[in-house]
Amino acid sequence: MKEFIEGSLAVAEAVKLCKPGVVSAYPITPQTHIVEELASMVADGKLNAQFVNVESEHSAASVVLGSEATGTRSYTATSSQGLFYMMEVVFNIAGMRLPIVMTCANRAVSAPINIWNDQQDSISLRDSGWVQLFAEDIQEAVDLHFIAYKLAEDKSIMLPVMVCMDGFILTHGIETVDMPSQEQVDKYLPKYNTTYKLDVTNPISMGLLAGPDYYMETRFAIEETHKDILKLLPKLTADFAKIFGRTYNGLVEEYQVKDAEKVIVALGSVCGTVKEVVDELRSKGKKVGLLKITSYRPFPAEAIYEALKNVPKVAVLDRAVSLGSFAPVSSEIKAVFTSKKKKPQVISNFVVGLGGRDITKESIKEMFKLLSAKELTNEFIDLKPELLKESYEQ
Amino acid sequence: MSSNLFNAGHTACAGCGQSMAARLVIEASGQNTVVVNNTGCLEVFSTAYPQTAWGVPWIHSLFENAAAVASGVEAGLIYSGKKEGTNVIAQGGDGSTADIGLQALSGMLERGHDILYVCYDNEAYMNTGVQRSGLTPFDTNTTTSPVGVKSTGNIRPKKPMPEIANAHGIAYVATASAGFPQDLQRKVKKAMSLKGPKYIQVHVPCPLGWRHEPAQTVNVAKLAVDTGLYPLIEYENGKLIGVRQIQPKPVEEYIKVQGRFKHLTNNPEEIKKIQEIADHNIEKYGLRVKTETAADVKSDTRP
Repeated sequence: MKEFIEGSLAVAEAVKLCKPGVVSAYPITPQTHIVEELASMVADGKLNAQFVNVESEHSAASVVLGSEATGTRSYTATSSQGLFYMMEVVFNIAGMRLPIVMTCANRAVSAPINIWNDQQDSISLRDSGWVQLFAEDIQEAVDLHFIAYKLAEDKSIMLPVMVCMDGFILTHGIETVDMPSQEQVDKYLPKYNTTYKLDVTNPISMGLLAGPDYYMETRFAIEETHKDILKLLPKLTADFAKIFGRTYNGLVEEYQVKDAEKVIVALGSVCGTVKEVVDELRSKGKKVGLLKITSYRPFPAEAIYEALKNVPKVAVLDRAVSLGSFAPVSSEIKAVFTSKKKKPQVISNFVVGLGGRDITKESIKEMFKLLSAKELTNEFIDLKPELLKESYEQ
Repeated sequence: MSSNLFNAGHTACAGCGQSMAARLVIEASGQNTVVVNNTGCLEVFSTAYPQTAWGVPWIHSLFENAAAVASGVEAGLIYSGKKEGTNVIAQGGDGSTADIGLQALSGMLERGHDILYVCYDNEAYMNTGVQRSGLTPFDTNTTTSPVGVKSTGNIRPKKPMPEIANAHGIAYVATASAGFPQDLQRKVKKAMSLKGPKYIQVHVPCPLGWRHEPAQTVNVAKLAVDTGLYPLIEYENGKLIGVRQIQPKPVEEYIKVQGRFKHLTNNPEEIKKIQEIADHNIEKYGLRVKTETAADVKSDTRP
């Protein structure tokens, strides 16, 4: 059924349709509307779940770790500092192979304190073992939650999934969303059932100490599973299309890439803006395109190679930085083409929209313009020269 | 003991008070128990992959989050209709309880989960090599509160954890000791008979950290109680319902058998300060037995 709905409320509805048994969260902007909505669903008896109000994000993640370990589908959501406060639990959940789904409402990281959108929070936890899926719009954010549980709980995967949606832009934006029925979701996502759980009739120990003789294989196993996800995810999205009628690749989306001379690579909501600019420039005869990365972890290197190998000029748009080095997404795109014969002549990278600075169509056009024969590294777009001048003079 | 809930063969040190107490606790709680463990000695010596000492469902996540993980376990069990008849225990050492895990513990107590939290108090970070914690006693020589020309050891008394737990208005709070196994098991059973959050803090000597003979663990534990330095108390719904009464022994008897207090041997001034802590406890909780006969009776029929 089509609804004109705020992103957070749409995600809460999607989570409800997934029937989690335990929800635990701690308030942080811009994630709050999601968990407030889930809390009222529980209060109204519309969602049969235990809602655990915790004293911190560290405990929110710990609560869902514990509930998931009993074999109960569990959900949490956070942003920014909250995700960082969870960090050791986030790594722990992946190491314990607990298929929790979390929404990260992407937000900048302090200092200076800033509640607005960039992707530094999720990107900084890219090495945790979690799958990270980035949504372009509210519909995709909704749909990725069904896909996330389906993927996480697959017996060959058993890893947690973080659905990343740009804070405010998607969490507080309002769009028309095709909300699936409970029957559709139930058909796609069966009841969670796991062999490994805390059960007094079949006692097992979980979270054991693994010394040098055992530890490394556990990390290797997660790495291997990420390779499996690259194969499984397109299958799961194909199954999704059959039931829900919407098609996603799951790994990357090519938009006007085939004959393009210039392509922007990006994650998240900015892809919508880039698509508009691509349409505009295409109508003027310019051969430009977009490669949207949906799955940042696992990183779909093969799909990216296939999409970009014949593109002469590529611009990577980063909404996060790795201060003191190359911006994160761009360094990985460059790594894809290391020692490859076919590759773009130029891979420039642009740092954009940090701390909620608007990325306008003009910003995107500026990037296409700057994308020339000269390769640019960590080129910050839309900086305010007057502010920089001030800081230099002080 | 042959219940197989906490099996022999783990790698605890000889004379470890914590391993004794952990076995007593799980055997009192029984087979229908899920245990959530903080990082610490107990976790390390009982569950080094591929072995486990535990015969009940057991989970370890991190150093400070057992109370929160247990809250999730309880919520998961309630959701799946398996909580009825199942006990949930969260447990950890003094550092993971009173210091780094205090926030998670406070949250668990305040939210009213039906969980027993057990703190095994060996009065320092033993797993990392005897560093001072919030439950390290006054004047204790630890690796981070060392004795020196300007130091007689730890400068602060123990954090009043039982009182802090009790201030949450929870169902049951008690202290216990590895030196009094029946009393400990009675308290665990009592706790499990009550719904809601429960807190038991068990004094568990550590021969390595306290530097006493491994064979003396039980005697050292008893002396802590008998001097008034570790009062055994019980609160139910906020009310003090019982104390183990004693004929107080001088604190020197406890101090002199442990290397961690060796520096106090010829320091009557410092010993006086420790005696004052014991005297304060005796006064505060009414520990002093009225007559010798009464002591004999009371010590076996508590509360």
